[in-house]
Formats: sequence, structure tokens, C-alpha cells
Amino acid sequence: MKIAVCVSHVPDTATKVIIGSDGKSIDPSGVTYVVNPYDEFAIEEALKTKEQLGGEVVVISLGTDANKESIRKALAMGADSGVLLKDENQRDSFGVAKALAEEIKNQGAEIVFFGKQSVDYDNSITGQLTAELLGYNCVTVVVDLKIDGNKVIAEREIEGGREVVETSLPVVITAQKGLNEPRYASLKGIMAAKRKTIEEKEAAPAENYVEILRMKKPAPKQPGKILGSDASAVPELIRLLREEAKVI
Amino acid sequence: MKILHSEEIQLLRNLAKEFADKEIRPLAVQIDREENIPEKLIKKLGEVGLLGTAFPEKYGGGGFGEVGFCVAQEEVTKACGSTAALIGAHQSIGANAIYIGGSEELKMKYLPLLTSGEKIAAFALTEAEAGSDAFNLQTKAEYKNGKWILNGEKIWITNGAIADVFSVFARTDKGITGFVVERNFPGVNIGPDEKKLGIRGSRTNAVYFDNVEIPEENMIGENGRGFITAMKTLDSGRIGIGACSVGGAKEILQLSVNYATQRKQFGKPISSFQAIQFMLAEMSTKIYAMESMLYRVAEKYDEGKDISEEAAMVKLFCSEGVSEVADKALQIHGGMGFSRELPIERFYRDARILRIFEGTSEIQKLIISRKTLKNKGVWKY
Repeated sequence: MKIAVCVSHVPDTATKVIIGSDGKSIDPSGVTYVVNPYDEFAIEEALKTKEQLGGEVVVISLGTDANKESIRKALAMGADSGVLLKDENQRDSFGVAKALAEEIKNQGAEIVFFGKQSVDYDNSITGQLTAELLGYNCVTVVVDLKIDGNKVIAEREIEGGREVVETSLPVVITAQKGLNEPRYASLKGIMAAKRKTIEEKEAAPAENYVEILRMKKPAPKQPGKILGSDASAVPELIRLLREEAKVI
Repeated sequence: MKILHSEEIQLLRNLAKEFADKEIRPLAVQIDREENIPEKLIKKLGEVGLLGTAFPEKYGGGGFGEVGFCVAQEEVTKACGSTAALIGAHQSIGANAIYIGGSEELKMKYLPLLTSGEKIAAFALTEAEAGSDAFNLQTKAEYKNGKWILNGEKIWITNGAIADVFSVFARTDKGITGFVVERNFPGVNIGPDEKKLGIRGSRTNAVYFDNVEIPEENMIGENGRGFITAMKTLDSGRIGIGACSVGGAKEILQLSVNYATQRKQFGKPISSFQAIQFMLAEMSTKIYAMESMLYRVAEKYDEGKDISEEAAMVKLFCSEGVSEVADKALQIHGGMGFSRELPIERFYRDARILRIFEGTSEIQKLIISRKTLKNKGVWKY
């Protein structure tokens, strides 16, 4: 059984994002990039699935040479091999999905994991588009997963509760926080990863359907107000919550 | 510095940082106040590989050498100096004495247990009358009926209370000799915890040996060659102290910049005042020099070169450096630096031991000046 996990290389969430001089991209200077946090749940689930069902895990990432760092991390956690689909240009979600679907087909992977979204553009759509292009079943925002033979039972997070769904292989799963607790890449894993290969190839071409026109920063948060430190501040707090903030 | 910036060392740094941020930093205050490092954390350190970073893979180590060990120690110290002291005493001197001086059989017997964290090591050289004057040690080992009988007393043993394995140096018929002594050998007793200024979570104790029988195969290397093993082990240990200094200094620089840009006086952030800016500049420059010499020497060590006096220079300069950086950081923080609410005072206290253990600053100066005079002032680096 081949298991694929698609990993995106995103700015660290602690990074202070600066908009580039063109007004429609992020200025990459001084930004540290990391494995997309939701993809860590995807990697962990792929490894757990392999431990349960056997087979091998291939990590696929689309982008530039810099993405190798994220691929290497997944290899150090225990994935077996990596593929870097090279493209210097910015792609929309469809363009990314097209290249990934092509490679997943190429690999013959029947179980595919994504994070539920990438924390850079937050479109939350690449997994679903990829499934559609491949003709695979797709379950999103998954917090619990059981694969038994051909049967897939997944618990997904929905507004105010959880939904349990059943489907079959081949399948694309997008991982939500809570699905598992990602393991650390051990020191031994890092050394082992050195001996694993990252295949590099040109990403399958795709047309962009979405164009980014402009980026802007959200309005700065209003500073907080401290009304006091004991019970005497409560009446004023209630008044402000009612009249000013209008939340109660 | 090529190795420092290689991909696998970067991955190692990221891993050590991630582990330190998630598993160590949240416990740092508790570790300092309760003067103990939870067993669960020690177990996790072993699982992730941070108790054997430097050693070759065949002994269960990470295979990252001294450079890798230093990078990991930097990241651990940023979170907690006590935990770094535990790792340093365990790996860089306790287990390392076996790695440097021991036979292949002895290494295979103990190192896999130590790199995995199944057992914890300590290094026992110092005695009441043998600290800086290590050669004067009085602990004795006598050979009787195929066994060595050990008698004596070691003090200031880092990890004393938690170690399962001690690399002990004692006097035999042929001079100073190293032995691996297990804690559960009859006659090994551990004294109470020392109450310390800093690295309070790291357990420091006296260790007593009362007619302890040691199997012959537990001798580290040859009879009478122990002093050389001890000194070579301390070379590596001193580089490790450099790493703790660099890590601690980088953390308090970061904290100081954060504080200086937020704290306002006279209607402006204090970072806009030249007095503060100059302190930050001096701190950055000091750290740059510390880091540069640390990795220059660590790389040479991994190449197998003799770096005794350079290790002493690293120990001296970096440990004095971090104390200066900590002092400025505390000054920048003002009252808040003095308060236990922020971690600055902990770093300030934890930094102080770095100028004392594994050879005081004064002993490092002796080692360095001896070599400088021997070289007749000719620069040989």
C-alpha cells in the first residue's frame, strides 16, 4: 500500500508578515518557513497508517528548493521517500492540486493525507480539488480515522459537533488538529533521513484561475482597558460590555 | 562553520528547539523552584535522542559529533539551564569518559544504555582536596582477588542523586585510573542535595565509596592512564560549557530586545535610548565572538585535533561572556529583571556556575598561559 502525504512549506506562525513592494505577495526576507502545522497531523497519520497497514509513505511538496527542508523533516519523522515538484511561480489552489494529483497518480498512492488547510493562504481547498481531479473519495477536517480493508470510517468536525462518515479507498483525508499527536523527528530519524532520497521533477503545468490583486493587513487591534483589580470594577465592566462592546 | 550550517545540523537545531519549546520551557520555573527535573522529562530526552547526540550511531548515539552536541545544548539552555547541566554531565563528561578512554567491550556494555537514557551517567573526579588540583585525588582502588576495591569520597558530583553509572577516578598502584561504578554496587552511597545559587534543578551531591567491589572489566582504559582520560574528557566538557553559555546568552538577548522595545519611559520605548542600544550592541557582539570561537573549536575537536588550550579558551571566554550578557540583560530589565516573575534572574543565577565547574576561569587561564609560554608567543592556531 502506498500512502502519500502532501506537505506545504509556509511562514512560521510567529512570523510578522510584511507585504511585498508589489502589494500582492509576502516579502520573504527574514521569514522563517516551517512545515504547515496541519500537515504535521497529516504526516503523523500517514506514519500511523503505515505502521498499521504496512506499505510506504511518500511525501510530496510543490515549490522551490526551500521546500526540501519540510520534506526532510517528514523523512526524519519516518516517511520513506520524498518528491519535490519544482515550480518557482506562485500557483492558485487548483494549480497546486493539478500538480499533486498528477504525482499521486504517478506514485499509485491510494491513501492520501493533507492538512485541512495551509496557514499561509488558508483556502482550505487543495485536498478536495486533488481528490476531485483523481476521482478519489474525500473526507475533510478529520479528527479520527479507521481504515479496515477497503472501508474507511472517519470522524469529522462540524459546527457544534462531530459527524461520522463511511467511505472506501482510494481516499483523500484532510487532517484537523486533534487527529493525533505528531511525533518528534528523533536524532536517529534525522540521520536516517540523510540516506533517503528526495526526487526532484518539474511540476505538471497548470493554468491559474485565481489572481491575487492586492494584500492588506487587518486593522490593528484596539488596546485593552483595565478597569480595576477587584469587585468594585465589575459594574463598570458590565456597563461597557453592554453599551460599548454590545456583547451581553 | 560549514558543518554548523549543514542541512542535518539545521534539522537537529529545529528538532532540539521544538522539543525544548514544547517539553522543557513550560517546566523551567517548576524545575528551578522544586529543585528537581521530572523523571518523565529525562525519559523523553532519551527517547528523542538528546542524551546521546554526539556519539556514533553504533553506540545508539545520534552521530552528530561535538558540533551537533553544542547546537542541541544551546537550544536546551535557552529553555532551562538545569536541564542542560544534566545533559552535559551525563553525556559530555559522564558517558564521554567511557567513550574516550574505554575499551570497545566497555563502550558496548554501557554506551547504548546511556545514549538511550535507560541509565544516567555522572563524572566523579572532584574531591575535598582535589578540585582545581585534580592530580591530588585521594580515592583509592586496590586490586584483590580479581576485583578492584574502591574507597573514598567525591564531592560536587552533578547528577549524583540520579546517576546509575559513575565514571570515577581513583589512585591505584600505577597512578590515576578510571572505573565505571554502578550505583547499585554495594558500598556506593549518595549524600544529600547541595543547596545552590543556580541550576537548582540539576542535582549535585557527594558520592561515597565504602569498600566497593568493581569487576576488572570496568576499568576505563589502562591502569594508570586515567588522568589523561579525565583531562581529554574535560576538553569536550569545556566546549559543551561554551555551548550552554552561547545558548543562554542568545536567549537573554532576545528577551532583552523584546523588553526594550515594549517598555516605555519618557513616552518612548527604552530601545530608542542610546544607553540601551549600546548595551544591546555589546551583547550582540559578545555573543557573535562566543559563537564563532565555540564552533571553530568544536569543528576542530570533531576532526580529531588536539584542542586542549582552545577548549580552555572557549570555556573561559564564553562563560565570562554569558555572565556579562546576563548582567546587562538584568540592567535593561530594571526592577523586572530582579523580579522572579521574569526568567532573567534565573538565567543570571544559572550562568554563574559556568565560570566554576569543569575547571574555574582561573584554571583555564593556567592551561592557556602554559601553552602560550610553551609556544614562545608564536601563534599556532
